[in-house]
Amino acid sequence: MNPPRAAWLFLAPALLVLGLFFLLPVIAALVLSLTDYDLYALADIRNLRFVALGNYWELLHRPLFWSALGHTLYFVVVGVPLSIAVSLGAALLLNSPLARCKPFFRTALFAPVVTTVVAVAVIWRYLFNTKYGLANYALDGLGIHPVDWLGDPRWAMPTIILFAVWKNFGYNMIIFLAALQAIPADLYEAARIDGASPVRQFRHITLPMLGPTLLMVSILTVSGYFQLFAEPFVMTEGGPLQSTTSVLYLMYEEGFKWWNLGSASAVAFLLFLIMFAVTALMLRVARRGGEA
Amino acid sequence: MSTRSRQRRPWRVLLHALAWTCAGVAAALSAGCQPADDARTLTFWTVGREGEAVAKLLPDFEREHPGLHVKVQQLPLTAAHQKLLTAIAGGSTPDLTQLGNTWIPELAALDALEPLDARVASSQVVRPDDYFANIWTTNRIGNTLYGVPWYVDTRLLFYRSDLLKQAGFDAPPRDWAQWRRALAALSHPDRGSYGILLPTNEFEQLLVLALQQDEPLLRDGNRYGNFRSAGFKRALAFYVDTFRERQAPAITNVEAGNPWTEFGRGVYAFYLSGPWNIGEFRKRLPAAQQGDWNTAPLPGEHGPGASNAGGSSLVIFRRSAHKEEAWQLIEFLSRPAVQQRFYDLLGDMPPRRSSWEGGALRGDPKARGFREQLERVKPTPPIPEWERIVTEMQLVAAQAVHGDLSIDQAAAEIDRRADLILEKRRWILDHAKPAP
Repeated sequence: MNPPRAAWLFLAPALLVLGLFFLLPVIAALVLSLTDYDLYALADIRNLRFVALGNYWELLHRPLFWSALGHTLYFVVVGVPLSIAVSLGAALLLNSPLARCKPFFRTALFAPVVTTVVAVAVIWRYLFNTKYGLANYALDGLGIHPVDWLGDPRWAMPTIILFAVWKNFGYNMIIFLAALQAIPADLYEAARIDGASPVRQFRHITLPMLGPTLLMVSILTVSGYFQLFAEPFVMTEGGPLQSTTSVLYLMYEEGFKWWNLGSASAVAFLLFLIMFAVTALMLRVARRGGEA
Repeated sequence: MSTRSRQRRPWRVLLHALAWTCAGVAAALSAGCQPADDARTLTFWTVGREGEAVAKLLPDFEREHPGLHVKVQQLPLTAAHQKLLTAIAGGSTPDLTQLGNTWIPELAALDALEPLDARVASSQVVRPDDYFANIWTTNRIGNTLYGVPWYVDTRLLFYRSDLLKQAGFDAPPRDWAQWRRALAALSHPDRGSYGILLPTNEFEQLLVLALQQDEPLLRDGNRYGNFRSAGFKRALAFYVDTFRERQAPAITNVEAGNPWTEFGRGVYAFYLSGPWNIGEFRKRLPAAQQGDWNTAPLPGEHGPGASNAGGSSLVIFRRSAHKEEAWQLIEFLSRPAVQQRFYDLLGDMPPRRSSWEGGALRGDPKARGFREQLERVKPTPPIPEWERIVTEMQLVAAQAVHGDLSIDQAAAEIDRRADLILEKRRWILDHAKPAP
């Protein structure tokens, strides 16, 4: 048996599984997105029409798609930097030699990641209740007018972002913590001897050393945050006035609520293209930054 | 020779073991399947809490039909629609199911349901003329009957009689003008109290006002939206004005949180809702307050108005192998005495007039409003797209409540969205192939 054939033989099981459970469904979804598969087609396949790029065309002319994309971008643009900043901040605090009870705080800050979104969302809905919520109670104590957190279209997305950041920052925090601990201590020692302030140490040692980790964490977080779904699903059901309807939420409604599988597949592919473009752009910018 | 046989023996043992294991597994499998293959087991899907109550009624049925066993499976409401469609797509439907009557058109379009006309015609128990007429109509698609109503759901007014009396109203309003006056008198938004709670993400409230109008909600054989009709615009204007005049807060049911205690505390004097809330208010309000609330038929534009003909029906699936037994169960659950027990267990109101003539329902003052309303209910258009259209209607109406759209703009926008949703239906109707 020649080496290439042996290699293919070893690859075959993995390829088979990938092809069967990934490639085939993707191709099927692509074909589906070119048809108007819906309830009527489920009843009688003769009711299926081939619409070519009709679903995509229709989506691009639908205000709801653009507003859902806008909400998703809002969530990504505000949520990702905030999430990474909080993760990094928490990691720095935990890594500080001054910190006490590190294992406890590490566990406590990581805990939201392993809790169920649905269970936690119920508690957050209570916290942010307009009349009885703790958040407004605290604001009231400060003399600030109560905010309709989940009911006001302007406030619903910030509340969702807050919830998502709180829920997810622990995961990145652990990654940052590992990266921080891998930075050689003698770098800081040398900087201290040269008289560098803690801020300059952070700027010129910590950040550059964290570079690759930061890039990986950003890409993972961006692609995760683009797939916003569970938070609005359990907190607001996409409302109020569809102000928290994300692209994925739109896909869920199209596909699983209204059974328009054709147009739901089109949404999925558009989201994939957007995420692909954004990730590619991030990689290119990072590479150029690395060369400079 | 001997060495060869000795070599073979382990293989033979293994083969035997394998064969026996296979036989064992097969036997176990067939044993496990036996109850389902047995002609005497019925699978019955229920949606929501009805499953718990029906489980208490079934022992009587099983006693009357020895050897017949009913397996009840409860679906949560949020997953029911998806589960039903998946079951139909996968050919794994139960024998019979509880089905919201607005879903019947959809399942009928999928050709999943068994026509029941012949069975009803020869039935001693199910008598169509005993049912509230328009509730019965919702089970008929075209000329075919697909379901038997099980319980009804219609929306009307819950009101605080003590608050109304304080404001000088001895009786609940009967028409929109009286209703508006009462709302105005009872609303004090600066003190945080409002005339009524109308959650902006629930379509039922606007829908019942729209159903009161003479114009149908869809036109040309349900091919196009008819939301630009003068009647719908009047209903929408009444709805939107309630918010503009701050007689209802523009909040969703997520924020409304616990409307029952709020109603008890006088935050809302009216609450437009359905029968299950009789039980909720009895449970959640203190005993001292039980005399201070009641139900009243929905006010119409000029005198008592219509409301929606909602509720759940019992349907048999076309693929069922036990249609006769399933029909026996439907007949059992349709008996007035059983329906009265069902009401006692759960508070689900029976669809038959004779079921109302006895039991706890007969003298219940809180149920009287519903009894009157049920004679004045109207079905929604019987097409699979209806739920989607009415969802879009509410999204646009919420924008009008928010002040983003005028009444005319909102009506035109709902029509536009409805026409888009109905495009496929028009295509199918226009390309209907003559039966071969």
